[in-house]
Amino acid sequence: MTWIPEAASNLASKVDGLLLVITFISIFFFVLISAVLIYFAVKYRRRSDDEETPYITGNQTLEIIWTVIPSILLILLFVYGFVVYKDMRTPPKDAVDITVTGKQWLWTFEYYNGKKTLNELYVRQNRPVRMVMRADDVIHSFFVPAFRVKQDLMPGRYTQLWFTPTKIGTFDIFCAEYCGTGHSKMLGKVIVLSPEAYDIWEKGVAVDGGEAVASLPPAELGEKLYKGKSCNACHSVDGSVVIGPSFKGLYEREGELEDGASYTADENYIMQSILEPQEQIVKGFQPVMPSFKGILSDAEITAIIAYIKTLK
Amino acid sequence: MANHAVAANVYVSFLEKKGILSWLYTTDHKRIGILYLVSISFFFLIAGMIAMLMRFELLTPASDFVSPHTYNVLFTLHGSIMVFFFVVPGLAASFGNFLIPLMIGAPDVAFPKLNIGSYWLYLLGTLILLFALLQPADTGWTFYTPYSANTDTDVILLTFGVFVLGFSSILTGLNFIVTIHKMRAPGMTWHRLPLFIWASYATAVLQLLATPVVGITLLLLIAERTLGIGFFDPAKGGDPVLFQNFFWFYSHPAVYIMIIPAMGVISEIIPVFSRKPIFGYKAIAYSSLGIAFISFLVWAHHMFTSGISEVAATIFSFLTFLVAIPTAIKVFNWTATLYKGSIELHSAMLYALGFIFLFTIGGLTGVFLGALAADIHLHDTYFIVAHMHYVMIGGTVMGFFGAIHFWYPKWFGKMFNEAVAKLAWFLVFVGFNVTFFPQFFLGVQGMPRRYATYPEEFQSLMALSTYGSWILGLGVLIMTVNLIKGLFSGEKAPQNPYGSLSLEWQVPSPPPLENFVEIPHVTDWPYGYGKKKEVDA
Repeated sequence: MTWIPEAASNLASKVDGLLLVITFISIFFFVLISAVLIYFAVKYRRRSDDEETPYITGNQTLEIIWTVIPSILLILLFVYGFVVYKDMRTPPKDAVDITVTGKQWLWTFEYYNGKKTLNELYVRQNRPVRMVMRADDVIHSFFVPAFRVKQDLMPGRYTQLWFTPTKIGTFDIFCAEYCGTGHSKMLGKVIVLSPEAYDIWEKGVAVDGGEAVASLPPAELGEKLYKGKSCNACHSVDGSVVIGPSFKGLYEREGELEDGASYTADENYIMQSILEPQEQIVKGFQPVMPSFKGILSDAEITAIIAYIKTLK
Repeated sequence: MANHAVAANVYVSFLEKKGILSWLYTTDHKRIGILYLVSISFFFLIAGMIAMLMRFELLTPASDFVSPHTYNVLFTLHGSIMVFFFVVPGLAASFGNFLIPLMIGAPDVAFPKLNIGSYWLYLLGTLILLFALLQPADTGWTFYTPYSANTDTDVILLTFGVFVLGFSSILTGLNFIVTIHKMRAPGMTWHRLPLFIWASYATAVLQLLATPVVGITLLLLIAERTLGIGFFDPAKGGDPVLFQNFFWFYSHPAVYIMIIPAMGVISEIIPVFSRKPIFGYKAIAYSSLGIAFISFLVWAHHMFTSGISEVAATIFSFLTFLVAIPTAIKVFNWTATLYKGSIELHSAMLYALGFIFLFTIGGLTGVFLGALAADIHLHDTYFIVAHMHYVMIGGTVMGFFGAIHFWYPKWFGKMFNEAVAKLAWFLVFVGFNVTFFPQFFLGVQGMPRRYATYPEEFQSLMALSTYGSWILGLGVLIMTVNLIKGLFSGEKAPQNPYGSLSLEWQVPSPPPLENFVEIPHVTDWPYGYGKKKEVDA
């Protein structure tokens, strides 16, 4: 593990330069102060109780030096921080807009051509993107450590950030502003594709290990989706209640709904709950689940059901 | 009475009277100081134990000890109790009360009844806030809207609790300002004041001016809830960023309410155990006021990623760098005081040196966070958690522990076991660094704060941090037992065990009820240690 994630955007190396400069200056002052402190504490330790000490109350030259030098350094660091920040806040004219919505506890990305993805952001290598972001409920914060970018999402107003991904690969998205029980599960991935792979993805063909996913047994694909599509933010698989009912032993479970009707968790019930979650709220739970209509395909829903069946 | 008593070398100590009512209705600043000391220490230990539970949960990436919701409740409790019940009243209310009259040569504070009234308000505020927190709240100690408004948490009651606690601060601050202005003994000029008094004065000004903002926030919240006027709630047309502005307009100066008194403590301990005059008295005194002033103008550096305008972010970043200057000056002055001294590594001195060491790390890592582009990456990660704890534990708590070990003989008239105290210091110092230093690296790598579960790649550093919390916890436990044991079985303390020149050491230990038999006439500053080469004015 390196001390900082791999720099994978145009901004990352600039931020790293700043971090490095501050680190060097900090280490210099820290070592200086601690060395003097320890040296004095050892050299001037009390050897007898009637030692004589000099009456020194200050030294104007010294005090001016150690006020002026740190002040100059601090102002230079301020300017350095500002210059990089200005870059971070000024998206280039040719940046492609992607709309981001943060909602407890998932990310939705909408692309200019109408495509929509959940928790997975697809971008093309070396093409600048501008994220136009808004929260649906409470404040969230979009954070990609490998890109060194972070911006809060607010309900009721748009915020923005931009970056140019420079490395092909998959990088973490974290929600950095506390947003409730599922906060630490509000995770996503940025998938940076080569221009050729991006064009294929744009045309609607699965690229993210497409063949591998297709050949997975349904229950295993279901497990992948359970984690990848944020089901795990609210539904446990060990019987504990997080936000929604646990998936453990869910299949063929019988119980009562909020409106008094009874239900049996068969395939149709589970599919209905994924597509129209507000229709059948289990007694004792809050109607907070978003619909996954248009986000999960029929095959994916089938896979999730297959996965639930394995959780006895 | 006192004249006669002291003449006979038996005097009535302020601890003489027994019974619970003699405490609850006391107007004696020394007793009120003890009431605060006991209360805040109690809450410190409780919140510390909550932190240990959190660290235990974080030993592994999955949530296997408590549920995510319980974890969120725990960090809300830990933060709120530590901030509002412990550090904000903290040193100012406990040691400020005990020391201010003794150090300036006064029989008590200016308004003794208001003083005990402030303590009652503190108790009332803790009850209200605890009641609101135990519903339970899971908003974090910052209560950001709209999350706090959307959950079951009663934000109005929470803010009301903070407001009542704040009122206790305001009245204490007012009391201290008047006391320092009006009650100084003859000859105690401003430039002869101990530096702890300068620090207390700066703190009191902050308490008086910053705390009313909590009241304004409360009124706006009530207006929003009852009249439907949108201030903070976007659903009503309000702006959640406005809440953050209000919150930090109080809470950032509050950070300095927490740290400035600790800086005052360090300025007292170092000259005594170095037998040297404090280096750069005026620079230290005025830098306290400088820090207090600038601290009103930096609040939005908590909000660089909130969507505030780029211009605002730039101005606040610049002002944040300014606050580093007076802080750096203090660190250099303390270090220079050691030069050619006769240094005794008493436990109080060890805490003071530990303070300089840790606070320097806290201050330098603050430079990362003040620099705009660096803050964008580090904000809301474990880097913030580590920085904040280096300032609050490495700074305030080290100062608090140092103050306890330094003034313990004076306050209680007993001595504690010094060898055990040194051992406890060592464990606290090592444990603290093992707990929090790895968190800087976690933050740089991108680990967000307030995560009940976390990706596996962070586990080794997270586990190291948890092991550190065990060492730290053990150190605090040993220290607490040692200090309590000293109260019962400690040797009787002499009047001035360290040979300090400050006024509080010129009265018996524990001090008499009236402090001074005769109000002293002050002729020199309290740092006249060492051999003068020439007469210094």
